[in-house]
Amino acid sequence: MAENKERIGVYVCHCGTNIAGVVDVEEVARWAKENLGDQGVVISKDYKFMCSSLGQDMIQADIQKEGLTRVVVAACSPHLHEKTFRVAAERAGLNPYLTELASIREQVSWVHKDKVVATEKSKAVVAGAVSRVVMHEPLEPIIVPIAEPTLVVGGGIAGIQAALEIANAGHPVYLVEREPSIGGHMAQFDKTFPTLDCSACILTPRMSEAGTHPNITLLTYAEVEQVDGFVGNFDVTIRQKARCVDTDACTGCGICEQKCPKKVIDDVFEVGLGYRKAIYTPFDQAVPKYPVIDRENCTYFEKGTCRVCEKFCPTDAINFEQEDEIIEINVGNIILATGYDLFDARRIPQYGYGRLANVFTSLEFERMTNAAGPTSGDILLRDGKTVPKSVGIIHCVGSRDRNYNNYCSAICCMQSLKFAHLVDERTSATVYNFYIDMRTPAKDYDEFYQRVLDEGTLFVRGKVAEVTDAARISGEEGKLIVQVEDTLAGKQRRIPLDMVILSAALEPRHDAYETAHKFGIACSANGWFTEKHPKLDPVATMTEGIFIAGAATGPKDIPASVSQGSAAAARVLSYIERGELALEPVRAMINQEQCSGCRICNDLCPYNAILFHEDQMVSEINQALCQGCGTCVAACPAGAITGTVFSDKQVFAQIDGLLFLEKSALVPEMA
Amino acid sequence: MKYLFYPGCSMEKSAIPYLMSLKAIEDKLSMELVELEDWNCCGATEYSAVNRIASHALVGRNLAIAESMSAESHTLVAPCSACYLNLSKTDHYLQEDRIFKARIDDALAAGDMSYTPGSIEVRHALDVIYNEIGLEKIKANVVKPLKGLRVAAYYGCMIVRPDLHGYYDSHEYPMILEELLEALGAEVIDFPMKTHCCSGHMTQISGETAYELIRRLIYGATRYEADLMVTLCPMCQLNIDAYQSEANRYFKTDYVMPILYFTQLIGLAFGIDAKDLGIGQEFVDPRPALAKIDVEVDEAPAATKKRRVKEEGLPMPQMPGKNGGGD
Repeated sequence: MAENKERIGVYVCHCGTNIAGVVDVEEVARWAKENLGDQGVVISKDYKFMCSSLGQDMIQADIQKEGLTRVVVAACSPHLHEKTFRVAAERAGLNPYLTELASIREQVSWVHKDKVVATEKSKAVVAGAVSRVVMHEPLEPIIVPIAEPTLVVGGGIAGIQAALEIANAGHPVYLVEREPSIGGHMAQFDKTFPTLDCSACILTPRMSEAGTHPNITLLTYAEVEQVDGFVGNFDVTIRQKARCVDTDACTGCGICEQKCPKKVIDDVFEVGLGYRKAIYTPFDQAVPKYPVIDRENCTYFEKGTCRVCEKFCPTDAINFEQEDEIIEINVGNIILATGYDLFDARRIPQYGYGRLANVFTSLEFERMTNAAGPTSGDILLRDGKTVPKSVGIIHCVGSRDRNYNNYCSAICCMQSLKFAHLVDERTSATVYNFYIDMRTPAKDYDEFYQRVLDEGTLFVRGKVAEVTDAARISGEEGKLIVQVEDTLAGKQRRIPLDMVILSAALEPRHDAYETAHKFGIACSANGWFTEKHPKLDPVATMTEGIFIAGAATGPKDIPASVSQGSAAAARVLSYIERGELALEPVRAMINQEQCSGCRICNDLCPYNAILFHEDQMVSEINQALCQGCGTCVAACPAGAITGTVFSDKQVFAQIDGLLFLEKSALVPEMA
Repeated sequence: MKYLFYPGCSMEKSAIPYLMSLKAIEDKLSMELVELEDWNCCGATEYSAVNRIASHALVGRNLAIAESMSAESHTLVAPCSACYLNLSKTDHYLQEDRIFKARIDDALAAGDMSYTPGSIEVRHALDVIYNEIGLEKIKANVVKPLKGLRVAAYYGCMIVRPDLHGYYDSHEYPMILEELLEALGAEVIDFPMKTHCCSGHMTQISGETAYELIRRLIYGATRYEADLMVTLCPMCQLNIDAYQSEANRYFKTDYVMPILYFTQLIGLAFGIDAKDLGIGQEFVDPRPALAKIDVEVDEAPAATKKRRVKEEGLPMPQMPGKNGGGD
């Protein structure tokens, strides 16, 4: 039908020797011209690098001179250059979706050795593409306007950085944090490696900048409940948990906290090593300065009496009747910087955490060394008095271990070195590091390792078998004994110590999967948020308008988290500056007449793009949310869903084309 | 609930009290143990190193008998850790390795037998009592809580490692025996050596090595002020109990750390007479420990007499041991 009208150009790429080394490209080009004329091929050429400017110019010139209506490029995978050739066609005045890339590199030359077979297979692939491209329809990009405000979820250093970048460029930002203060894990540390900067000193200026920035709306003690819409136009529902403190009246004087009679163990900021009150700010430099009442532990909420904070508050800011508030906002883009959880060291019972008093986790030790922490920065045993004479630091606790997490947590080596240095600086204790491999790859990191070596820290290479208080000989009594195979000395060692620190793994947030689902993005098998491309697009996701940054995408140290925060902000800014975004028109559509309302597609859609009309009992695909993955198209039992660029018609045409050579020499030679 | 039952050789000789106590609590736990007909040796710990195929064919025969009796139950209970491990290993390899399976099939066919891998579920008695019968059932039967008795739960190595079917909570630091003993009312100590080696058959090969391994355990349990150790393995019980005096002599120490089977403690808590649980046959006298929970044991322990026999039968390889014993 269409074959008489269409004028198709076929362009076969050598890709240097990548393709031409195995495929006789000249023969493929010649064959296409001679044999596919009935399908509409009027011109067929080969060229050394079709993706070069000269190659593209050649295609453009042919479109204009020869009046081509369709273009097939036989080269690499569409992942690499589909866009290149679509844009080239568009420059020559052809609708970009009337092109087709036939992969004869990834699917032919790189997987075959036999030249004859490879050449014949290339012909089939080209014939398939030619049959298919005839069925293509011209498509127009979907233009969506981009709302200016941005939502940043997570107020750790990555989120703060992203928020500041966007705010400083003059655009509004909502920064949502579920704890009462921003600051994240970095606020818990005393020193940062390898420079030993005071963590608070470099973080708090950023925190207060974020807190006072005219373009940043800070929503702490708040969580995102629901996200609807799509890039440029997200409707976000946020639950502002009741602080029971009127922030307009509160001056942050702290009297309520002083006077509150209820002391509770602080499991979050002090990781169980210290106390806070029932009305509290997590730490002195908290941003915002307003405290919150922990309703679960507040005596008033438990017993109905007390109200001491209310009595002492000089500005009448305490409001026990305050309720959670639902805030609705509209944003154009979202950055998720939700960070990590620390591995629960109790999961490795043989290391004794939770059983043996003087086994600490890395975060507990961070708090201990912090001048504002529970011991005012003194390194002490659990009794709160005794200075240890010997300290062991165990690396890779829950990391690089097939029983827990296979991955390397990236920060633990450097963190352990920092701990060793701090112990050396503040006590006269002997320090052991028990490591599997030392990993110190970034700027000035290995130099820091050398420095700690020079300070006399002892390094034992081997995975610790157990930490026990079960003494075997008299010298071991009352100590923690580390049983370890010293793989450099080639022997088992038992080292009695006063204190053991477990450098625990970084794990995805316990609710990472729920968060990912809420925002319509994916998680890796481990639970880290998945990037659009791990190397070339590390802060974007497969969902347009949702970006990710910091440790939520995988274990990361501070410099890497900050870089990602900035990178995500840069991506968002480019969208905001453009004001609108052209989305690929590769979409699925439901023919509502054919839809039976079975809802099978509803849950399968990875982008939450399908909504169901209860009244008409039919499903509909949101064109801005749909990413054209095709899952629903394949799943629809009624065949009611069509995907542009992957319709049944197009796929069957391609199969017909592939089988064009069925009776030729291909089959016997392949066998 | 019916279970197929593989006692293994220990239960008929050195671990008779284990069998007695298991049988004594069977009814109260609503278990019915149906003994395999004409069962044979499990190959113990060494045979598979000597002749892999023959040793597994030996176990295969037991599995084949179990399958032929599977109208009774598909679950085969082995109270001995070594038997349990050998049975579950053979079943596992038969499922994993086709060549291995062909050779075992050949061997079984010679005796007109066959076994379908995976058709029998091999479980240890502790696992069945904890996971299948459950703590609620046990608590409901406790009439004489073991209040005031400090116990060290000792698993040994074989039931939690490699735990091919994932029945246990941890390979390194399991807690199910502790939970069970707590349900009986006992005070359970945190015993860090719970999965350490009891020395296995090292007592027969190198006394020196064995005594050190035994010493660590009894030293550890003593330091944590346990009244007694509780085990689930005949080999562990034998080594800690029968060789304790040897270890003491070798190191010139005087530890007294009795060791009983968990089934015996269940029986005591259920109010069963100590004698019916086989208590009183130990080398290391548990009576002072059991006196704390008002358990009286009529018969004098057979320890003294039997230990002499052992002493004469096993020459001390080292001078310090001999000197120590000669005092």
